[in-house]
Amino acid sequence: MSYRVKVNGMDHVVDVDGDAPLLWVLRDVLGLTGTKFGCGMALCGACTVHIDGQPARSCITPIESVGSAAITTIEAIGDTPTGKKIQDAWLDLEVVQCGYCQSGQIMTASALLASNPQPDDTAIDDAMGGNICRCGTYSRIRAAIKQAAQPDTRRGG
Amino acid sequence: MDIRAFARFDPNVLAKPLQNGVSRRAFLKAGAAAGGGLLLSFTLDCEEGDAAVGAFAPNAFIRIDRGGAVALVMPQVEMGQGTYTSMPMLIAEELDVELSQVRLEHAPPNDKLYGNPILGSSQTTGGSTSVRAFWEPLRRAGAVGRNLLIAAAAQTWGVETNACNAEKGEVIHVPTGRRLSYTNLVDVAATLPVPEKVTLKDPKDFKLIGTSVKRLDAPEKVNGTAQYGIDVRIPGMKVAAVAACPVFGGKLESVDDSKAKTVKGVVQIVHLEDAVAVVADHMAAAKKGLAALDIKWNEGQNAAVGTTDIIAQLDAASKNPGVVARKDGDVEKAMAGATKKVEAIYQVPFLAHAAMEPMNCTVHVRNDGCDVWVGTQVATRAQRAAAEVTGLPLEKVQVHNHLLGGGFGRRLDIDGVTRAVQIAKQVSVAVKVIWSREEDIQHDLYRPYYYDRLAAGLDEQGMPVAWTDRVTASSILARWLPVAFKNGFDRDAVEGAVRPPYTLPNIQVEYVRQEPPGIPTAFWRGVGPTHNIFVVESFIDELAAAANKDPVDYRRALLDNSPRAKAVLELAAEKSGWGQKLPPGSGRGISVQFVFGSYMSQVAEVAVAKDGGVRVQRVVCAVDCGMVVNPDTVKAQIEGGIIFGITAALYGQITLKNGRVEQSNFDNYQMLRINEAPVVEVHLIKSTEAPGGIGEPGTAAVSPAVANAIFAATGKRIRKLPINPSELRSV
Repeated sequence: MSYRVKVNGMDHVVDVDGDAPLLWVLRDVLGLTGTKFGCGMALCGACTVHIDGQPARSCITPIESVGSAAITTIEAIGDTPTGKKIQDAWLDLEVVQCGYCQSGQIMTASALLASNPQPDDTAIDDAMGGNICRCGTYSRIRAAIKQAAQPDTRRGG
Repeated sequence: MDIRAFARFDPNVLAKPLQNGVSRRAFLKAGAAAGGGLLLSFTLDCEEGDAAVGAFAPNAFIRIDRGGAVALVMPQVEMGQGTYTSMPMLIAEELDVELSQVRLEHAPPNDKLYGNPILGSSQTTGGSTSVRAFWEPLRRAGAVGRNLLIAAAAQTWGVETNACNAEKGEVIHVPTGRRLSYTNLVDVAATLPVPEKVTLKDPKDFKLIGTSVKRLDAPEKVNGTAQYGIDVRIPGMKVAAVAACPVFGGKLESVDDSKAKTVKGVVQIVHLEDAVAVVADHMAAAKKGLAALDIKWNEGQNAAVGTTDIIAQLDAASKNPGVVARKDGDVEKAMAGATKKVEAIYQVPFLAHAAMEPMNCTVHVRNDGCDVWVGTQVATRAQRAAAEVTGLPLEKVQVHNHLLGGGFGRRLDIDGVTRAVQIAKQVSVAVKVIWSREEDIQHDLYRPYYYDRLAAGLDEQGMPVAWTDRVTASSILARWLPVAFKNGFDRDAVEGAVRPPYTLPNIQVEYVRQEPPGIPTAFWRGVGPTHNIFVVESFIDELAAAANKDPVDYRRALLDNSPRAKAVLELAAEKSGWGQKLPPGSGRGISVQFVFGSYMSQVAEVAVAKDGGVRVQRVVCAVDCGMVVNPDTVKAQIEGGIIFGITAALYGQITLKNGRVEQSNFDNYQMLRINEAPVVEVHLIKSTEAPGGIGEPGTAAVSPAVANAIFAATGKRIRKLPINPSELRSV
């Protein structure tokens, strides 16, 4: 069956079964490989994308459930103000190691910051606890979220 | 892994340190001893067609073309440890180019050009060896390039070379201030003879080395453009999901694939001797097709294997004498004369690697050749594996290496490549084989189960006069590098146990080989030391307790012959506030080690809840890893290594029942998460000693620090990992 999906502002028509997970539509059909496969069961967060701005695990999201919602992936998150801040903080604090989980970390963190501009440690734990990093970059992830949450002093806050 | 482990089987393995200013003859000879790490012939690199003609390629690591691109070829792979920043730093420092000018390339498989001198001159990334192995060869490669470019400029200007300097990709004639860019010099440089002498910079003149340069691979890793093996897309490519026999050594008996063939997008079912694969247009269809298969397995002789039996076999084997790894003094006599004897058995479980990027490999097999796209720690092994399965000559197999979404030793093995090539042989187009997380965990090659017997004799003051440690486990080297396994002895299995930093006048360390039926075992982050440091540092803590002495004081008294170990111990103790009071249920534990060429001490602070739940709240680490290439990378590796080690200490264990691995995904093979991560503080000791490894020490040092902290908090000694909260319950 054909589904019309809106990804990063572009409309696409994909011809897959309705139960096909969004993850594989993005990666294998649309060629957007920045979204990663990690567990297939929403246990690790590597596949996180935004659906209408909300973080979602694309590995368990059937394409038929997406409807006309706007999907945003790591490839376009830098076009949003919070996504850009998060990416900049990630670079500034040298968060990444192998980097494989970081697309998902950045997507989850961007959604957190968009909904909660000043997250405290508990809010960070709650939001980020579903994203595993095997390289163990957690302390830098926490610090980077806090840095991204700082008002931009260069522009006078 | 220990340099000595590999030096012993081949005396030529270890490169003798090269002295500055050696003659060309000596240089070539030494270069050859190092596995031909440097290609000193001048060749025009025409592989990329006309554009590359005229490129200046003074050795296998550098290519500067007329267009201005400086390409550095990376002999070691990037799996998070920062080697794609530290390796270019070494070359760029001596070549005098800015890192912003360089472009990195993955090296093709070639042991001769890219062999790791510490690891038997094979093109292997592992054992925390990259900086140690390439510290000198890559700087020398850069210096050769710089000298030739300076000579080219001097010839162009008609001046003496010693009147010229290099800086930021340009040669400067100092008296006149004239400048020429490297890109304008490549044609002349390519015609000049190799310099008779190259002098490496004095460390005090380093501009890049020793600074926290930003990671070169970070920008593409935060915007989704980084290409891991799993991200490869080849025109016309299909994807495949695979199921291997759940019992090790079992075979495929039959499969009904009629339903799978009706799944939309499924194009082919591939039957192998011990596995089935479903090939499809996309992975959603492949997985759906795989789930629709009705598979019957012939489970074979391991169908009844369980962890309990394996442990019983290890216990029985551990009662026999082993191969002697070290024998100093007279242990029996010293033990007989001891005032007190302490004995213990320590056990650590099988562990899966669980890299975040599941195993995958993309292969295109044709009549006349084979292409392999993969992220691997062992490119030449991958090439040989593909050649073996296809029957093609080695030179017809191209391996295109990629970034690794975690290695941790898993990608030192090529079973994933072999499997993908087996499947691709039956498919007419390129096929990307991706393992599910369940396949990845249940068909890993596991960190061995170690079963260690220790005993110590203490004198009247409680100090150790006798020490014995018998390690019983499977041998990784016997499988992975048989040439290094001699007379029943596996050096990796005892690394970290053979030479504790302490003064132990009478010590005997033995190894007993006991293979679990059907279970393949492999290197895992921290290799031998990850288990041995846990055992040695827990046991020395037991001795301190038996002597009724403070764990730091006890260790310090045994470290007079190891000042660098003593220094990290004292720094970690000081920075952690050792001795200061903690709330009830909390405790501090310490460890100290010298492995991978680096000295490290960690203090862990834990809180044990009434229900036995353990929370690691803070880890303070002091490290002396010699000269540092990138201090921030060192810190990051230690921070991450500690999380990796705590994950194993608290949660990590693979168990078997009915021949099957019981764990399957992150719900039952748990990882530490951000809400459980401790504060980690890293303190670097400035040093002018040779660089040590840093990817693995952090993992090895943390589990004993945590276990010792639990003892301080509860009085209960942890002798078996993972830590079992039900044994720590106080209500």
